Amino acid sequence: MHDPIRAGLAAGWKHIDASTLGKGQTVETDVVIVGSGAGGGVTADILSASGLRVILVEEGPLRSSSDFRMLESEAYPELYQDSAARKTMDKAINILQGRCVGGSTTVNWTSSFRTPPEVFAFWQRRYGLHQLSAEAMSSWFAVMEHKLWVRPWETPPNANNKVLATGAEKLGIPVGAIKRNVKGCWNLGYCGMGCPTNAKQSMLLTTIPAALNRGATLYTRLRAERLRFSGGRISALDCVALRPDGIHPSGKRVQLRARHFVAAAGAIGSPALLLRSGVPDPHRLLGKRTFLHPVIISSAVMPERVDAYAGAPQTLYSDFFLHQAAIDGPLGFKLETPPLHPVLYATTLQGFGAAHAALMREFTRVNVVLALLRDGFHPESQGGQVRLGRDGLPILDYPLGEVIWEAARRALLAMAEIQFAAGARAVTPVHETAPLYSSWAQAKKGIAELPLKPLLCRVVSAHVMGGCGMADAPQRGVADHRGRHFWLGNLSIHDGSLFPTSLGANPQLSIYGLVARNASLLAAELSGRPPPLIP
Amino acid sequence: MIVSRRQFIRTGVAGSLLLAFSGWLNAAGERRLSSDERAMLAAIAAALLDGALPPAGDERSRLVALTVDGIARTIAGLSVASQREIGELFGLLVLAPGRMVLAGVGKPWREAGVGDVSAFLESWRTSRLALLQGAYAALHDLTFGAWYARPDTWEAIAYPGPPRGYF
Ligand SMILES: Cc1cc2nc3c(=O)[nH]c(=O)nc-3n(C[C@H](O)[C@H](O)[C@H](O)COP(=O)(O)OP(=O)(O)OC[C@H]3O[C@@H](n4cnc5c(N)ncnc54)[C@H](O)[C@@H]3O)c2cc1C
Ligand code: SF4
Repeated sequence: MHDPIRAGLAAGWKHIDASTLGKGQTVETDVVIVGSGAGGGVTADILSASGLRVILVEEGPLRSSSDFRMLESEAYPELYQDSAARKTMDKAINILQGRCVGGSTTVNWTSSFRTPPEVFAFWQRRYGLHQLSAEAMSSWFAVMEHKLWVRPWETPPNANNKVLATGAEKLGIPVGAIKRNVKGCWNLGYCGMGCPTNAKQSMLLTTIPAALNRGATLYTRLRAERLRFSGGRISALDCVALRPDGIHPSGKRVQLRARHFVAAAGAIGSPALLLRSGVPDPHRLLGKRTFLHPVIISSAVMPERVDAYAGAPQTLYSDFFLHQAAIDGPLGFKLETPPLHPVLYATTLQGFGAAHAALMREFTRVNVVLALLRDGFHPESQGGQVRLGRDGLPILDYPLGEVIWEAARRALLAMAEIQFAAGARAVTPVHETAPLYSSWAQAKKGIAELPLKPLLCRVVSAHVMGGCGMADAPQRGVADHRGRHFWLGNLSIHDGSLFPTSLGANPQLSIYGLVARNASLLAAELSGRPPPLIP
Repeated sequence: MIVSRRQFIRTGVAGSLLLAFSGWLNAAGERRLSSDERAMLAAIAAALLDGALPPAGDERSRLVALTVDGIARTIAGLSVASQREIGELFGLLVLAPGRMVLAGVGKPWREAGVGDVSAFLESWRTSRLALLQGAYAALHDLTFGAWYARPDTWEAIAYPGPPRGYF
């Protein structure tokens, strides 16, 4: 299999693995971008295309298709934050985030949705973001869809997705097909471990190679620590090199000086960098309103093999339960079906000993449905707050309150009913005290009485958003609609942390579109070239 | 565990005293698992994996030891903060007072049976104290993660492993 990253390196890309640095260094450039995920990748591509000198700073390693061997034992420690075990402060939510070149896009599941129009409408009403609407953004989404091969997925859904479709159809619940950003996908189902065939059009394969081909510099194993500023402008970014283990600082430091700085370290990472730097935050908004689409899980044992590890993940969805109430009413949820792999499933599943082993023996017959709760719209759904731990690294404090649990119960009921309608032999909510229900009637009664509390009911997330929310004024947000920080003139925020609420849709395409727009505006300003033709 | 320290104090003076000890034990930072920690993890893994492991015998001991190796590897890949928290938890559990007061396991880990250890895990799993519940979840995830990461455990769950031969 051709590995375009290794080929690029051999052809002379400027990649510096900071763990190999013998001594510290100071480097000067036009723009420094922190983070190489969805936001950082798109920014690097667009700025380098307008002739700006760009440095990308990534804390994780550079890995590519030759390294992607579809093994959880390798992928989690190599490619994920905290070996895929990042937790909220009270340990009640497990957060999946990428930490490698390409960020979460290297390990994501390829589902591609535009920002829903009702979300833009809410942002206009509440945050005065009048420049952003479904119409105004549609060309930017179209540009990124074209670039990243976002297309309808024509291959029949795998059995895991089919359970969702069959059950939902029986109950008259509409189901839709999910577009995917893939080109020549082998339908393997291992997207979460890095795509071994280079089919997934992640940042690792698209925008980052484009920027490197234009002479951009990529630092890996380099952690952005602190922005230095005075008089409303940033002068430099101080970084610490990590050892090859990617965890401990090596003792070497790198200072990057530039005209402009872009924070694209992801929600959690970007607010943490700004908090560590002590940037002005008079309204105390930084790090607050961090959203997760908290995910509630329902596991079913089907009569036939499902093999949920095989075949493209997340190809069907239902938004039916997002539209049962006003957007700021009781939390709605989106239904999807994730890929299942032994470590991911075994660690998520409740219980231990013989009961756990018995459920694991059904592994190939298991179907799992997820409900992603749309947080951040209901007045009581304020999300979490990024704080700094003892070592300056971020901790997300996300209290799970009654609005979440009320929605979680509706979601568990909806998923169990769908799974039984699809012919499930048994269904269990992923919850420490939930039994295996053998009929819908039993599940309905049982779930109604289930105690829903942190650490009893499993909650996970792969969609971190917010913490540097956009708004029309500094009283309401950290940055404006262009991602420009309200207080520091040469700081932009270009990642998922900009969203003032969650989305109710998987976030990657929302980030690509918004950042393509904002990076284009920034490129015009910094390079003195005309602004983009798209409004 | 900055925040959780306060919760710990709620578990009583014994708890906070123990914490002072464990802090001292773990001041050294990054290190290998001690033999006491290995014995403790072996007892916990044997209980968590009961049902997946073969009955008592050499094979069972070998597989438990492999699991403990896997746990050590996983911990080494966690962030400094997570490693520190886990170090504090292990530091408490290997001390006899910690084992007895917090876990309620009377016998030393090397002698504790699956029944004793399962009872302790069950009490933490559904504990009213978020700290103990969180600690249970960490032990659960570390152990099952280490177990199902190994290809030799896949046959029992009929998982064929990733597709091979194309690349
Ligand atoms: C397993 C998984 C599956 C997903 N599936 C989907 C899906 O199917 N569809 C979808 O739309 N979305 C999906 N997502 C979410 C989506 O990929 C993310 O929302 C998106 O990539 C976020 O973009 P970002 O730029 O905000 O951050 P990221 O892509 O997470 O990138 C941030 C980068 O910054 C780096 N960084 C952080 N701090 C520092 C620092 N101090 N110094 C240097 N570098 C730093 C990180 O290592 C990381 O590489 C999934 C995510 C995961 C984890
Ligand atoms: S399903 Fe397609 S995109 Fe995902 S890993 Fe396999 S080949 Fe790559």
